This record gives sequence, C-alpha cells and structure tokens, in this order.
Amino acid sequence: MSPLLSVENLRISFPSRQGPVEVVRGVSFTLGRERLGIVGESGSGKSQTGRAILGLTPVSGKATADRLEFDGIDLRNATPAKWRSLRGARMSMVMQDPKFSLNPVMTIGKQLMEAVKLHGGASEARDKSVAMLEAVQIRDPGRVMAAYPHELSGGMGQRAMIAMMLVTEPDLLIADEPTSALDVTVQIEVLRILDRLVSERGMGLIFISHDLELVSTFCDRVLVMYAGRVVEELDAAKMNEAKHPYTRGLLGCLPKIVGDVRPLPVLARDAAWLE
Amino acid sequence: MTDITIQSEGRASALPGWIIKFGKLASTVAVTLFGLLLVTFLIGRVVPVDPVLSVVGDRASPSTYDRVYLELGLDRPLYEQFYLYAKKAVTGDFGESLLTKKPIISDIARAFPATLELATVGIIIGTLLGIPAGVWAAVRQGRLIDQLVRIFGLVGYSAPIFWLGLMGLLLFYAKWGLVAGPGRIDISYEYAFTSKTGLMLLDTAMQGQWAAFRNVVSHIALPGALLGYLSMAYIARMTRSFMLNELAQEYIVTARVKGVAEWRIIWVHALRNAAVPLVTVIALSYAHLLEGSVLTETVFAWPGLGQYLTNSLQNADMNAVLGSTLLIGMVFVGLNILSDLLYTLLDPRVRSRL
Amino acid sequence: MTELDADHANQGLRQWLLSEQPASRRQARSGQAYRAWLAFRANRLGMLGLGIVLALVLVAIFAGFIAPYDPLLGGDLRTERLLPPSWDHLMGTDDLARDIFSRVVHGSRVTLLVVGLVAIIATPVGLLVGTTAGYFGGWVDTVLMRVTDIFLAFPRLILALAFVAALGPGIENAIIAIAITSWPPYARLARAETLTIRNAEHIDAIRLQGASSGRIIWGHVVPLCLSSVIIRVTLDMAGIILTAAGLGFLGLGAQPPQPEWGAMIAAGRKFLIDYWWVATMPGLAIFIVSLGFNFLGDGLRDVLDPKAQK
Repeated sequence: MSPLLSVENLRISFPSRQGPVEVVRGVSFTLGRERLGIVGESGSGKSQTGRAILGLTPVSGKATADRLEFDGIDLRNATPAKWRSLRGARMSMVMQDPKFSLNPVMTIGKQLMEAVKLHGGASEARDKSVAMLEAVQIRDPGRVMAAYPHELSGGMGQRAMIAMMLVTEPDLLIADEPTSALDVTVQIEVLRILDRLVSERGMGLIFISHDLELVSTFCDRVLVMYAGRVVEELDAAKMNEAKHPYTRGLLGCLPKIVGDVRPLPVLARDAAWLE
Repeated sequence: MTDITIQSEGRASALPGWIIKFGKLASTVAVTLFGLLLVTFLIGRVVPVDPVLSVVGDRASPSTYDRVYLELGLDRPLYEQFYLYAKKAVTGDFGESLLTKKPIISDIARAFPATLELATVGIIIGTLLGIPAGVWAAVRQGRLIDQLVRIFGLVGYSAPIFWLGLMGLLLFYAKWGLVAGPGRIDISYEYAFTSKTGLMLLDTAMQGQWAAFRNVVSHIALPGALLGYLSMAYIARMTRSFMLNELAQEYIVTARVKGVAEWRIIWVHALRNAAVPLVTVIALSYAHLLEGSVLTETVFAWPGLGQYLTNSLQNADMNAVLGSTLLIGMVFVGLNILSDLLYTLLDPRVRSRL
Repeated sequence: MTELDADHANQGLRQWLLSEQPASRRQARSGQAYRAWLAFRANRLGMLGLGIVLALVLVAIFAGFIAPYDPLLGGDLRTERLLPPSWDHLMGTDDLARDIFSRVVHGSRVTLLVVGLVAIIATPVGLLVGTTAGYFGGWVDTVLMRVTDIFLAFPRLILALAFVAALGPGIENAIIAIAITSWPPYARLARAETLTIRNAEHIDAIRLQGASSGRIIWGHVVPLCLSSVIIRVTLDMAGIILTAAGLGFLGLGAQPPQPEWGAMIAAGRKFLIDYWWVATMPGLAIFIVSLGFNFLGDGLRDVLDPKAQK
C-alpha cells in the first residue's frame, strides 16, 4: 500500500536583508496511518514543515520539494480550490494555543458548524458538532456550542479545537505543540483524548513538539530535527539507541530522579551538525 | 489613576458589571459636560466685547445699561455667574442671538438638521468606500493598490476642504454643470413639500416629491462627496491597519486549515474582528465631519450649524458662538459614548465582563 | 588618489556606523540613527515629503530673492488686475494687481511661523502636563487627565474658532488658539510614556539620591518622552497648517494685506468662476505643503514605529 503522505527534499526559505534564509533544508519522510513525532527546538523548522504540508507557508516564504504527495495527490502544484477541498476535509491541524487559534468573536458552535458545512452536511451540522464535542469529552456540549472562546478554559478550548479539526473525519492530522500552552494537569487529559480519537479513526498523525520524552511515549516513530534538517529517525521504543549526539544531548538534558548528576549536563553544539 | 481602578475592581464583585460601567460612563459624561460648560463660560468672560453693550447697543442710557448689567448678573462673583450660566444652559437656554433676535436654541434646532443630513451622507459614502478600500489594501499589502489607497488617503488628509469645495464648484457646477450650486435646494422646490424631519432627503422622499428629491440630491452630492472623501481617507487607513493586524492572527490560519474560502476569511473572519475597533473610528470620523462641515457649509452656503457658527463669529455674536460650540461638543461626547456602547455590543470579550 | 582616499574613508565610516559591536554609546546611537536613515531613505514618499518640507524652509528663508514682485504692493490697478498666469506673473495677479506667485512665496513664511510657534508652545505644555500626571499618579493624574479629556471633547477647529472669537482675529491669536487646542494629545502620549519609565531603576536611583520631583521630571523623564512627542508633533504639522488655513479662510487668522494662503483663497472666492487662478494657486500651495508634511510623517512612522512596520 502506498503511504498516506510522502515528502522528499522539502525546502522552505524566507527572504531577509542578507538574502534568502533556508529554515527547512531538505526534509524527507513518509507517513502511513501511524503516529509520527517531529521533535526539535524552536527555530528547527518543525512547525514550518507541518505548515508546508498543508500549503500554509506564509506568503513571504517559498516552499519547494522534489515530491510532496498526499494519498496519491501531488500537492506541489495544487490550485487554491484543490487545497480548499483537501484542507479540513482530508487533512487538518491542531495548533498551539486555543486563545489565539479560535476566532474570538464567533461562538464555538458557529466555528464548528462552519467546518462541517464547508465539506457537505449542512443539514446535520449541529448534530454532528454536538456529537463531536461529546467525543472530546465535553460534558455540556450545548453550553459550549453557545460559548465564545474566551469563556472557555485552555483545556476546554483545545478540546473544542480538536473537535473542530476532527469533525470532518480527516485522514491526516497535524498537531503542532497541541498541549504546550496548557496547564500540566490538563495536558495529559487532552493528549489522551487526542490519542484515542486518532487510533479509533485510524488516521495518520504528525505530532510536532519540543518535548522528546512526551513524543516518544505517544508516537510510533520520531524524527529529530536540528537547524532545518532531520538529524535522526528513530523507533519510539528504541530511544536509548539514539546515535546522533544532538538526540543524545536532548535525552541527557532530562532530569533524573535517581542519582545526582553534577554538574548538570549542557547541550554542546557542534558546527558539523549543520552540514 | 491606579487606586481608582483598584477600587472599582474591588467593587466589581459586589455589584453587577453593567451598573459600574454605567456609573463610570455617567460620571465621565457629567465631568466632561461640566468641563464643556466651564470652558465656554471662561471663553465668554475673556471676550473683549462688553456683554452689556452687545445687548443694549451703544446708544443706551446709563440706567438701561445698569439694569441690563444687573439682569445679566455681572455684579455677582464669577462662580455665581457660572452657576447661573450652567443652570440656564442645562435647560437649553443659551440666551438670544444678536443677529436673529431669536433664542439661540431655536436657531440651532433649525440649523442642525441640515448639518446632520450633510454629515450623514458624508459618513455613509466614507464608510461604504473606505472599508472595502482598506480591506483591499490590506489583502494586497505592498502592492500597487495598497500604495494607491495610501496616496489617495494622504491626499485626502492634505487638501484644505474649503479649497476642494471651491474647486469642486468651479468644475462640477460652473464648468460642467453636473451638480446644482450652493444651497440645499432650489427656491422653486422649497415649498413643494412640508418640512417634518428637517432632513430634506427624507421629507421629499416620504412625500413622493421626486422632482424636489432629485434637486436635493443634486445639491447635496458635491458637499456630501467631499465630506465622504475626507472620512474615507481616515476609515480606509484605519481599516487597512486593523485588517493587517487581524490577518496575521492564528485564527486566520485555523480558518485556512478548515478549508474556508479566502473571501470568507477576509470578509467574515477577519473583518468581523476588525469591525470592533472600526466602530470607534467611524463614530470619531462622524464627529469630525461636524467639524469639517463648518468650512464646507461656508463654501456651499449650506444653512447648517457650521454656517450659523461662522456667521455669528463674524458678527461677534458671542452667545450664539458659545451655544453652538457647546452643542457640537455635546454631540462629540454623545458620539464617543455611542461608540463605546457599540464596542461593547460587538466584542463578546468586553460584553461578558458586563 | 585623493578621491580614492575619500571613498575609503566613507567606507570606513559606513562600517563604523553599521558595526554589530559598537564600542561606545556614541557609536551605537549614531549607528541606530544611520540605520533609521537608511530605512527612511528607501521610503520614496517619505523622501518626497522631506524634499517638500526642505523646499518650504528654503523658500521661506529666501522669499525676498525668489519673489519677483512685492507681496503687498500691487501694480497698476487699471492694467494689471486679475491677469491670468503668464511668464510675467507665473500664477497671475489678484484683484489688487498683486503678483500671486510673490504672495504665495511670502506666504510660506507665515505658514512656517504658525507651524513653528504652535510646536514651540504646545509641545512643552503637553510634555509638562503629561509627565506630571504620569509621574505623580493618583489624584494629580486624575485631575490633569480629566482636563485633557475636556479639551479633547471639542472638535479642534471649533474650539480654536471659539478662542479666536474671544481673543479677536489676528495671526497671533490664531497661533495661540491652535496651540491651546493642540497640546492634549501630546499630554496623553507623554503620560503613557512616563508610566512605562517612572518605575525604571535609574529613576529610582535618582530619587534615592534625593532629587526633587521637579528635577526628576524635567531632567530625566521629559528627555525620555521627548522623541516620541516630537514625532507626534511632526505628524500633526499638516493638521496645524490646515487649521491655520481654515481660520484664515474664515477671516479669523492673518489679516489683510498679509499674504496668508487661507485668507488669499477667501479673497479669491469672489472671482472664482471668471478668474479661477486667484483662489486655486494659494490652495495648491497649502495642499502641496501639507502633503509634504504628511508624506514625511508617514515615512517617519514607518521607520520609527516597529508595530506599523512591514
């Protein structure tokens, strides 16, 4: 079976006063109906990679690839209309902070139903939306439907966001730091919901995060990105087999409960990693 | 300032938000109105013109002079005079106009609808053109259309409106005969309808006097378009900057991810958010059109408040000047309050704090 | 050889200015200014505005040399009245046979005078009110800001009209009236700036050294607020010119025979239809000058306000 998504030599650059700067420099990977984690520090290009897959590279930027295929569809020359029919319906994205990613002057219900209506199903939009809110374990969907984003807590908002992105039953979900803006206690709950929905529906998931440990417990496979490149690809179960010094450094940064490490390890960077 | 906010926040738990909001609003209005009265009163006091002479004339006998002097309360201390002035002003008594020999309030009541009609036509034109222009410029940021809107706006800011009015009259009226000349209506139509609202467009339309209506339109077209241009320049500029701000927000990306069409993202998602601050901008430019109308009305012989004010100025009719200044100030304050209320209505975040 | 040297020195200066690691505060500061200038230079409209404003200043300084005729004394009333624009009279003549071009040239002095004096009067008032309110806070702030709000509650031209009506028409009174109506926004701005710096550590340090409030405000807070207020004043210049012209047009500003542009338009209004140039030419002058200030202000805002950038 052909993979759900294949990316080959993805490059994204932005203009600057000193000429174009490449923030993603030849990223390649394939994704089946599995959970793939992309880990890296801020500025490593992980978020831009996720956005490029959805065709959402900012207008000032330029994304090129030798191959960018979703379910047999070449995305590189997709028309705006093609993109619109894919986005939402077949691929979607959960973003970091519901405070900013939900439209502040529209009720949750309106935003949810907009997603349903866009891809057919205007008549049962309301029922579908309510059912989806229940699926993300919101107890009082009627109230949340009528609520504005600022009236919800972060965790509730992010659940509503997940509901909005999954209500059209897409094949691919990109989750870009979906829990980083939430309280630690809520994080696990939201992740569990996301995990359950993804496995129930058999979707492909790209989970973007800076948290290596979180990703390795949650995903099947992990890509480690550094300065716009994939420096290592690992099976999540075999994290301790990591070879690249950057990955090892990240793992070494985690505090351990047993044993006192002094001095605290510092991530030493090597200019050679940039090559 | 800080202790005041703390206090009101402390009270917020005990009283419903809207009462506090209303109380704050009422106190602001009261203080501002008091200030308006005080400023106009003080301006009236520094006038080198003797207020008694302006009532009785140069040739009055000393006894008449003294009588009026006492009637006007000029023997009392200043604060008492101010009290009298404020008391009268609150009941709508600004005294009599030297020029028309009528109570100023009735003069103003007659002139105000003309100004209101003109400013309203202006703000409608300005909003209908300014918002799309600003949105368009924001969407095509940095492109030709953005530059054009910007330059067009700066030109609008820079041209003296009375001069533009004269140029407009010269070209559109005198040279090409496209519009009617100065005034609100031709005399031949003036008695074709009865004045009910004072707004001639409404009156003629409601009474089915279409010939008169066309005449009114042809008179208002040029000054209305001018004021419209003035407000359009400001509205387009602000719309552009609000839209740029909104289009950079994350929820726009969310909408794109959902597959929302670009026009809907711009005109529904972004503009609906930009509309919140835009309401204030529109209310403010409406108020500024009242200001612009002073000069425009002079050029177009428009029998409104602006012309009344300038006529009174040129005849040193201080009561009338202060009366109309005070009224325009009050309308200004009123529009500010209105925009505040609309803001609350449009923004769910502010609304829920009530 | 010398040319090469000069070129070399220029290169060196440029590098010194654009250095990423300035060695002294002076270098850092001049480097910042140079970078702002580079950004401003790329703004074509801003440069055009700067050119217009510089031209205005030059014309005002050299008005006596540029103007071919006397601005106040007319020519022969029988033969030289209301002549259309020609090589002899670039902008034609008015009803008193005066050369309009000469009057417009001399009018630039009146305009500069108005703009300059309003800025000189209104800026310190706004600064003082705003910094005092922001520095002391509490009831001082409440009272001062209420007063500011009251002045802001009047439309500017209307309030200026009322003041001129009280003080009597004339250019000095017009300037005073415009200044009185101009300071409130500067006070608001200065207050906002003061609020952000009043608890800065260096202000605390000065306070601990026992400096008086007046000294702190005037010596340390005001200088920090100055630049943003000055930019704001520059942005307002076009508005000041238009208000002054409006007062002149209504006969409340400069009095005849002074060559003030607004008053000249008012005088030309009577002959608008048959002798269009009398009212048109001074209007063009107002338009171009205030457009220049607007372009300049717009460019400055682009360079200096990081929020408005891009």
